[in-house]
Amino acid sequence: MALITVEDLSVRYGANTVLRHVDMSVEPGEIVTIVGPNGSGKTSLLRAIIGATSPSAGRVLLKPGLKIGYVPQKLHIDPTLPITVERFMRLTNRVSRKSCAGALESAGAHDLLKRQMSQLSGGQFQRVLLARALINRPDVLLLDEATQGLDQRGSAGFYQQIEAVRHKTGCAILMISHELHVVMSASDRVICLNGHVCCEGSPAVVASAPEYRALFGTGTGGALALYRHEHDHHHDHGDNSQEAAE
Amino acid sequence: MLDDFMTRATLAGVGVALAAAPLGCFVVWRRMAYFGDATAHAAILGVALSLTFQMSIFAGALAVALLMAFTVTLLAGRGYAMDTLLGVLAHSALAFGLVAVSFLSGVRIDLMGYLFGDILAVSRSDLAVIWGGAALVVVLVVWRWSQLLTATLNEELAYASGFDPKREQLILTLSLAVTVAVAIKVVGVLLIAAMLIIPAAAARSLARSPEMMAVIAALIGSVSAVTGLRAAYVFDTPAGPSIVCVAAILFACFSIVGWQTQHKA
Repeated sequence: MALITVEDLSVRYGANTVLRHVDMSVEPGEIVTIVGPNGSGKTSLLRAIIGATSPSAGRVLLKPGLKIGYVPQKLHIDPTLPITVERFMRLTNRVSRKSCAGALESAGAHDLLKRQMSQLSGGQFQRVLLARALINRPDVLLLDEATQGLDQRGSAGFYQQIEAVRHKTGCAILMISHELHVVMSASDRVICLNGHVCCEGSPAVVASAPEYRALFGTGTGGALALYRHEHDHHHDHGDNSQEAAE
Repeated sequence: MLDDFMTRATLAGVGVALAAAPLGCFVVWRRMAYFGDATAHAAILGVALSLTFQMSIFAGALAVALLMAFTVTLLAGRGYAMDTLLGVLAHSALAFGLVAVSFLSGVRIDLMGYLFGDILAVSRSDLAVIWGGAALVVVLVVWRWSQLLTATLNEELAYASGFDPKREQLILTLSLAVTVAVAIKVVGVLLIAAMLIIPAAAARSLARSPEMMAVIAALIGSVSAVTGLRAAYVFDTPAGPSIVCVAAILFACFSIVGWQTQHKA
C-alpha cells in the first residue's frame, strides 16, 4: 500500500481554487519532488497532506500508523524566545537525550546540541530541522522548500544529507523544490504542478514533456543535461528504483 | 491573617503576577502585545455592562474580553493589518466603555478604580476569584506547554505533530481573557498589559530556556507586586501604577546587565 494517497483533491481558499482534481501517491522508499511555478499550489498540497488545510473535495489517505517527519519552509523563532537545540528537538518528541544527539549527528550537526536556536546560521538551522524531523524514525519525510535561504553549496550539501538519510533509513521523501537542477538529479519521480498535475514521471520524462517546457521554458535543457551528468555517478536513482518497482 | 488589607493586596498582586508570567511570555514570543492591550481595554465596557445589569464585574469583564479576543481572531487577515485592527478595536472598546459608564449615575467616582485598579480594596471574595482564575490559567498553560510552544514556533509543525494549533491559540485567548478579568481589581484595565509584558521581557536576558523565562517572569512579577505595594504605602502613591513602575525599573536593570554580559562574551 502507498504511504500517502491523494485522490481527486481540490483545495479552495474563499473563491480562489488553488488545487483541482489532484491525484498522486508516495510509495515506500521513493524520493518524489513537486515542482511548479509560484502559486501553483505546492505548499497547499503539502498542507493538505499534514491536515493543516481541509480539502474542498477529494481526500488524502495516509497509511494507518504512518509517521511523518516534517521540515517546514521557514521557521521564524522570535529572538525573545530562549530555546536550546536540544529542547527544541525534544519539544513534541518524547525521546531520550541520546537519540536526540544521535539524530543531530546523522544530520551533521552534532556539535549544536547546547546552542541557542536564535544563534544558528541558516545552514545549521536547516540541519537541526532535518534532525528534528528524523528523530522519530518517520516512514516519510516532507520537505517544503527546505533549502530556501541557503547558498548553492549549502543546498547541495543539504540534498546530499537527504540522500544519505534515504539510503540509511529507507524512508520515503516528498519534497517541494525550486531548484530544478537538484530536483532533476536527486528524484525518483517528479510531479509538475500548476493547480493540477501537469505531468509526472521520472526526471528525464518530465523534463522532456511539453507541459513542463511550457512552464519552465527552454532553460530546462540544461537541467536535463545536469541530470544525465549526475546520473553517471549515482546509480541508485531513477532507473534502478523503477527496476525495483517492477 | 486575611483581615489585614495589605496582606490581601499583596496576595492579590502575587496571584495576578503568577498567572500573567507564563502567559506574558507567550504574548511576547508571539508578538501579541497589542492583543493583550485590546482585550484589556475592552474590559472597561464589560465593567459598564456589569454595573448596568448588576452582575459580577468579573463575569462581565470576562465575557467582553472573550468577545473581543474572538472578534480579533475572526477579523485577522481580512484586509487590515493586525496593528491597525487592534488599534481600532482597543480604543473603540475603551471609548464605548467610558461613554457607557457615564450613563450610569453614581459610578463616576469608581471609574478611576477600574482604570487604574483598586488593589487596597481587595476583599476576601475578590481574592478567591483572583487565585481561582490564576490557578486555572497556570494549570491550562502548564498542561498544554509543549503544544503551545510548538504552535508558537510554527503552525505546520504543530499539524505535522498531530495537533491543531488553532486550539492552542484558543487556549491562549481564553487564558488571556481570564487574566484580564482577574487583574482589573489589581492594576486596572490600562495597566494589565504591562503586567503581562514587562516581567516576561525583563526575564528574557536572564533565561536560557522557555520554562526558565516563565519562572523568572513570575518571580519578577511577584517582587514587583510586593515592592510596589510597599512603596505605595510608604510614599502614598497609587498602588497599581507603583507595581508597574517597580517592574519597569527591574526591566531596565536586567536589560542593562544582559546587554553588558552579551558585549563581554
